[in-house]
Amino acid sequence: MPELLMVNNLKTQFNTEGGVVKAVDGISYHIDEQEIIGLVGESGCGKSVSQLSVMQLIFPPGKIVGGEVIFEGRDLLKFEAHGPEMRSVRGAKIAMIFQEPMTSLNPVLTINQQLTEMLELHLGMSRQDARERAIELLGMVGIPDARSRIDDYPHQFSGGMRQRVMIAMALSCNPRILIADEPTTAVDVTTQAELLELMKDMVEQSSASLIIVTHNLGVVARYAQRIYIMYAGRIVEAGTTEDIFGDPRHPYTIGLLQCIPRLDEEKGRKLVPIEGLPPNLINMPPTCAFLPRCSDKSERCSQEPWPPLKHLQGQHYIACHNSY
Amino acid sequence: MDLQRDEVILDIKDLKMYFPVTRGLLRRKVADVKAVDGVTFTLKRGETLGLVGETGCGKTTIGRCILRLYQPTAGQIWFEGDEISSLPEKTMKHIRCNMALIFQDPYSSLDPRQSAGSIVGEPLKIHHWAGSRSEYNDRVEQLFRLVGLDPSMMDRFPHEFSGGQRQRIGVARALACEPSLIVCDEPISALDVSIQAQIINLLEELQAGLKGLTYLFIAHDLSVVRHISDRVAVMYLGRIVEITQSQTLYENPLHPYTMALLSAVPIADPFVEKRRERIILKGEVPSPLNPPPGCSFHPRCPQAIPECSQVVPPLRDVGSGHQVACIRV
Repeated sequence: MPELLMVNNLKTQFNTEGGVVKAVDGISYHIDEQEIIGLVGESGCGKSVSQLSVMQLIFPPGKIVGGEVIFEGRDLLKFEAHGPEMRSVRGAKIAMIFQEPMTSLNPVLTINQQLTEMLELHLGMSRQDARERAIELLGMVGIPDARSRIDDYPHQFSGGMRQRVMIAMALSCNPRILIADEPTTAVDVTTQAELLELMKDMVEQSSASLIIVTHNLGVVARYAQRIYIMYAGRIVEAGTTEDIFGDPRHPYTIGLLQCIPRLDEEKGRKLVPIEGLPPNLINMPPTCAFLPRCSDKSERCSQEPWPPLKHLQGQHYIACHNSY
Repeated sequence: MDLQRDEVILDIKDLKMYFPVTRGLLRRKVADVKAVDGVTFTLKRGETLGLVGETGCGKTTIGRCILRLYQPTAGQIWFEGDEISSLPEKTMKHIRCNMALIFQDPYSSLDPRQSAGSIVGEPLKIHHWAGSRSEYNDRVEQLFRLVGLDPSMMDRFPHEFSGGQRQRIGVARALACEPSLIVCDEPISALDVSIQAQIINLLEELQAGLKGLTYLFIAHDLSVVRHISDRVAVMYLGRIVEITQSQTLYENPLHPYTMALLSAVPIADPFVEKRRERIILKGEVPSPLNPPPGCSFHPRCPQAIPECSQVVPPLRDVGSGHQVACIRV
């Protein structure tokens, strides 16, 4: 499968009063056509900022300071954030579903106004055609009685329904890539399962690719084909889902897998927590950011800078001095 | 010791909590939100009972009724041999010394203007637990150590702590008066994945160390609940639909809702995931304002038959303490 999106050495920083926060510190990843990948990490690891950077949705004090985002042969970072080229990509060819369905819909506009805006803008549809298409889309994402509900306001929908509207909106212009940023953290488990299945089906139907950004290892185990594990602004391990779960190599990945209880395990296992706290991203030392919490460190770790990703085999990469 | 293990510490009988919906100038009551609608269960000393269910199923309301933060509409709550559901506030204050609550959000549940030490020590003052100033200080220090915090941090304020540390302060506060029952209301859902295990382990170690400490562990995350609990109660729309040993929950769920809930939780193992059957529920949880007749799960149930909409299935024992409320079992 050819590469659809290629991100090279992307860096995004925030200039705060306390210093420079390197939220995304040189990450590279790619997604192929019709692929589902997972981007996993804890809060503050830069997973959302990296996706917002791809869409050029970073606002001051944030700044994309380096790297390239190659999509359809062009580097998106060369375009003006508010220019026509970026506008024709954002929302139309690369669409995004945000974490909070409550805050990402405009409360004073009807669902119809919000859905048809995209269709009129990107696809040049007439108002009437756009409305018909919007009703069709709402039906596709499983909103019952879409024709009578399209003129409702967001507050008239439940959380799960609002997230369905978001999915309909994101898919309205047949994007090549759908980025789902923690799409299910605000909803219940059964709704979560339903929404993820819906997203997967919709993406498969339109032969698009899906990037799932999440902290939930279970979700990526279920849906993703390849996984990137992020820590403190960098990718620390990458591989196929089988690599990551069957043969995890980075101490952080191993730690993450050991610290969550599993539904199917024998009762009585003691959880192994990762000691310490995620680092403060201001004024980070050049050494590996996971070093203070690492259970498998050597002398080399405190002397040499954070290692780049190195190739193990197949598609499996890790950034660690010790595991090989 | 065995005798104590079998002692029932909490016995809830047909608990109901309705919240009135009022309308108009005269605040006329027009309907009831049946948050908890006839819940019965018992809790033994030293045991952990997990209460799971989705948003709005009434699990938090049960916890709050037990502490009498809400006045239950009907039903009985027996705690350590006393029926507490209608005790006057004055008597209730003494009883509350033996129960405590750990809250979900470690950010909003600690007063930002109080030092960590005085937050932890406040229950001691309210219940006149310490005889002297030095006894008070010793106890606060002891509590800090108990939850793995350095007593030198006593004078710091909540904002100076991380989320995990704040939740430790919340745990220390709950332990202050040596309660026999702690209601843990989603104590880890606001924490990062790598921090959650620290708090789960802390709660488990405390229970192992302090004999007879009983938890009612309320959460929506089934894998966490199953991990920490001896028994698990699954709730749907104000009622318990299944109670079972947590070991058998995954292997032998009987209620269709429990099955759906289990299958909705992804397991962090792609090899297991490939073989799992997925039950995707259609539709949404109905409003507790107007629950469906009969079994409230029947509109979404994949196994529903016409009778399901006519009778409310009682919770009945199907052997070795496994209780289920479904007419098809």
